[in-house]
Amino acid sequence: MRFTKDHEWLTEEEIATVGITSFAADALGDVVFVELPEVGTVVSAGDPAGEIESTKSVSEVYAPADGEIVEINQAVVDDPALINSDPYGKGWLYRLRVSGTPETLSDTEYEALVAGEAS
Amino acid sequence: MRRTALHHVHQRLGASFTEFAGWEMPVRYGSDVAEHHAVRQSVGLFDLGHMGQIEVSGPEAAAFLDYALVGRLSAIAVGRAKYTMLCHTNGGVLDDLVVYRLEAQRFLVVANAANAPIVLAMLGEYSGGYAVTITALDRALLAVQGPDAVKIVGEHPELRYYGIEAERLAGKDVLLARTGYTGEDGFEIYCANEDAEAIWAWAAAAGAQPAGLACRDTLRLEAGMPLYGHELTVRTTPFHAGLGRIVALDKSDFVGAAALRAVVPDTELVGLVTRGRRSPRAGHAVLDAVTGAKVGEVTSGAPSPTLGHPIAMAYVATGTTAVVVDVRGTREDAEIVKLPFYKR
Repeated sequence: MRFTKDHEWLTEEEIATVGITSFAADALGDVVFVELPEVGTVVSAGDPAGEIESTKSVSEVYAPADGEIVEINQAVVDDPALINSDPYGKGWLYRLRVSGTPETLSDTEYEALVAGEAS
Repeated sequence: MRRTALHHVHQRLGASFTEFAGWEMPVRYGSDVAEHHAVRQSVGLFDLGHMGQIEVSGPEAAAFLDYALVGRLSAIAVGRAKYTMLCHTNGGVLDDLVVYRLEAQRFLVVANAANAPIVLAMLGEYSGGYAVTITALDRALLAVQGPDAVKIVGEHPELRYYGIEAERLAGKDVLLARTGYTGEDGFEIYCANEDAEAIWAWAAAAGAQPAGLACRDTLRLEAGMPLYGHELTVRTTPFHAGLGRIVALDKSDFVGAAALRAVVPDTELVGLVTRGRRSPRAGHAVLDAVTGAKVGEVTSGAPSPTLGHPIAMAYVATGTTAVVVDVRGTREDAEIVKLPFYKR
């Protein structure tokens, strides 16, 4: 699993599963609404691709890599609380057919980033 | 960052923290929605140690507060409180306050955390010529809020809404006030910093659920209560916020009197209800439903945990009736409703 500085995670596959990290989910608070891009949408890394709303705030989800959205997680649309309860599992957001090599962080690099933000 | 006397208690409880007005405060302990429901349905426990507490005492304390603030503080009885404001000479709101009359010549002024330094400074500036002593207090404040608050704190039938009295709770001397900012029945407990942990533990053991600042915001929004920095700013007067009733215009003189007497508000604070899932948020434009012209701006908005749909407060041009809100590029139909959204 790789990470972005915008607090997304993605799996290292040609069709990558994408979600937000537990750090991001904790910072948002209880997620009450999620809007995901349509299947077939072509995105560039860093483009807004989805929106997550909690009681406290609303945040955009950014595409972690160039590619095409090939599947969205309808379960998380129906039950946004999955993002809080299982951000790396049932709370995944969408699957992206990745083109090119995304600029991502390893888990230790991401942990260092989060430690910096948290302090 | 400053920390309250209860900071290590919050750490022990695993709270998430946020920076708020220079203080490191618990934003939630687990689920902000669950904490919200706890306050609405049973009872929640808040640390409000960041609020500013200022004591004003002396033979001319009442007369001085009548001059410095927009309300008539000399008219409140000992043991009672009043919601009031400190305004700029131009009528703009510098802070909204709760003022308790503890004794004939002794008042407790409670200010918002962010504004406490300016309230202290302005009271000091205005006090020239008055026989008063103004003292910033370093003291804790806890709130027990919700329909079951009396089960925690006791019945206290003599302590009516907006009353305050000296009590002993958990074996400690406190000032117990029947006030709050959640739209529920509840108490606020003023106590020494060193007693705060014992009182917190006593209330938590009796069933009060720790509740953070995130749910405090959704609770006060449902209750239609203005928040400084959102509904109230130095650019708004009490009249714009629909709170003209708290201004005692018939007082002979007070800070901001001339400006406040001349105000004819061209905007009004309204409640908005939308039916979609995306919430209007502070700063979103309010548009005329027919012409699409901007007629106002959202000051606070969130999905209401109690009502199950988004709610917002907004300033709109006086007389506006039909609006839509530009929620990050999409137009959401909105209904203008009377505040509050929720009433117990």
